[in-house]
Amino acid sequence: MLNNKLYTVIGIGLILAFLVILPHFLRYHHQDFMIFLVINVLVVASYRLVTLTGEWSLIHAVMMGVGAYTSALLTKNFDVSFWLGLPLAGVVSGLVAAALCYPLFRMTQFYFLIGSFAAGEAIRLTWIHFIRPFGGSSGISGIPSPELLDIDFLEPIPYFYLTLIIVVVCLLILYRIEKSRIGLTLHAVHWQASLAESVGVNTWNYRSLAFIIGSLFVGIAGALKVHYIGTVTPNQFDIGFMVFILIWVIVGGYRTFYGAILGAVVLSILDDIFREFAELRPALYGAVLIIFILYLPTGLEYLPQKLRKVFQRGISV
Amino acid sequence: MPILEVRNLTTRFGGLTALDNVSISIEQGEIHGLIGPNGAGKSTIFKNIAGFVHPTSGEVLFEGQNITGHKPNWIANLGVVRTFQETVLFQELSVFDNVLIGIHNEARTNVFAALFGLDRAKQNQAKLKAEEVLNFMGLSERAEQIAGELPLGSKRALAIAISLASNPRLILLDEPFAGMNSEESSHVMELIRKVRDSDVTIILVEHNMKVVMGLCDRLSVLNFGALLAQGTPQEVRNNPEVISAYLGGETQ
Repeated sequence: MLNNKLYTVIGIGLILAFLVILPHFLRYHHQDFMIFLVINVLVVASYRLVTLTGEWSLIHAVMMGVGAYTSALLTKNFDVSFWLGLPLAGVVSGLVAAALCYPLFRMTQFYFLIGSFAAGEAIRLTWIHFIRPFGGSSGISGIPSPELLDIDFLEPIPYFYLTLIIVVVCLLILYRIEKSRIGLTLHAVHWQASLAESVGVNTWNYRSLAFIIGSLFVGIAGALKVHYIGTVTPNQFDIGFMVFILIWVIVGGYRTFYGAILGAVVLSILDDIFREFAELRPALYGAVLIIFILYLPTGLEYLPQKLRKVFQRGISV
Repeated sequence: MPILEVRNLTTRFGGLTALDNVSISIEQGEIHGLIGPNGAGKSTIFKNIAGFVHPTSGEVLFEGQNITGHKPNWIANLGVVRTFQETVLFQELSVFDNVLIGIHNEARTNVFAALFGLDRAKQNQAKLKAEEVLNFMGLSERAEQIAGELPLGSKRALAIAISLASNPRLILLDEPFAGMNSEESSHVMELIRKVRDSDVTIILVEHNMKVVMGLCDRLSVLNFGALLAQGTPQEVRNNPEVISAYLGGETQ
């Protein structure tokens, strides 16, 4: 047990050290890519909390947008600093999610999926149709970047470090929640809602809690993204991006905390590699997806276990 | 005062009358059997008591308090807990975690307490209690096993353990002996007696007459949604109406 924990800590330490050094060896484009990758890791990790309850929503991308718009409007129009705008982005996303709980969690499964999509589109179309203050379909540009000492956060490397720190802290929080009593109860709500109810669990409360916390953290991810790009548009958070989130989670796996993260990282890297093949890129991406789903239907998360098994078998022989 | 009173309970599903004006009272500390042919309304009574189905009319009183129409989790927190037909468990989790989930009311926490470890004492206490319950149910050795991989008898014992973990005053057991051989049955019978002796009242739905007659203090017999007879196993066994409607040659 202790040994396993030690290996995990060492492993995470190595990954972090690698991430700290890596950008210095990359070209500008790849430094950019690293920032978005780390943000997307937070997107899937926060989505995990929602899927833990067994409900797959289609509103997660839009909740990311809620955070992005919140921080963009506050920093640009009200001179709020990035350091306050970022947590407020999370708070507002969480509050919007809380308001949506009442209608959404009266539905389950397929109806919930469609209901969450409808609610998300309603929010997204609000951004498009209300030119004031949301800027319509061209969105808001000129979003200020963070200010701290003399650091130039327009440069990718400083912004990458900022993102990395914030995302790591968020992941720690999400991980702790999942491993706590709350995570256990969410699991119970997922697999046997009736049995959970019969020992006193208010399943509605726990579904809502997961949805609110998940939205809070994806709101932070949204703010992180737009403060780097400098613009926010409704199309960044459309159903297309939502489908990517779903694909990352499904290909990565949803049984472990790291599954979806693995999915997001591996698929994003492949997608970026395929960039070189220009018009073949979508076809290659699709082919890779099909291969993953065919040969690793339980997700990439199963790969380490599989390798460990092979490894152990090798030793015992 | 009886621990549970079902008064004039009627439940209709569309045109079907599942329960027709049924009144039953359960005394503190008894093992009460609900029997009757398939479709007699036994499970529907359970669902009504535990709040999974709300009656068309009539009421359910637990320790004098009207619990009709409340939600299952609310009723569970008062101390009325049901188990399920078949083997409804948290199949993917360990036996230990299954029981831990049962200790919901005492171990529930909030996000901040969970994040900063402020609930550690509470959670440790819950773990101790889970061990205690497992020990009580004779499941200690299986604590780390995955619930879905247990043999049938242990699954049923685990289902009872989960409900027991939530500090119930009254447990509703839905066919705890279905599909068991006689060895497993006698083991679970013993467990149920042990639970009763720890001051928990038990109502059980069961088809196995041998078990029912041997285990229950009193029986209620249902037929076509109506109460046919009530009394000790002896009285029920000798009731001519019951014999003609249900038992037939089965007990001879």
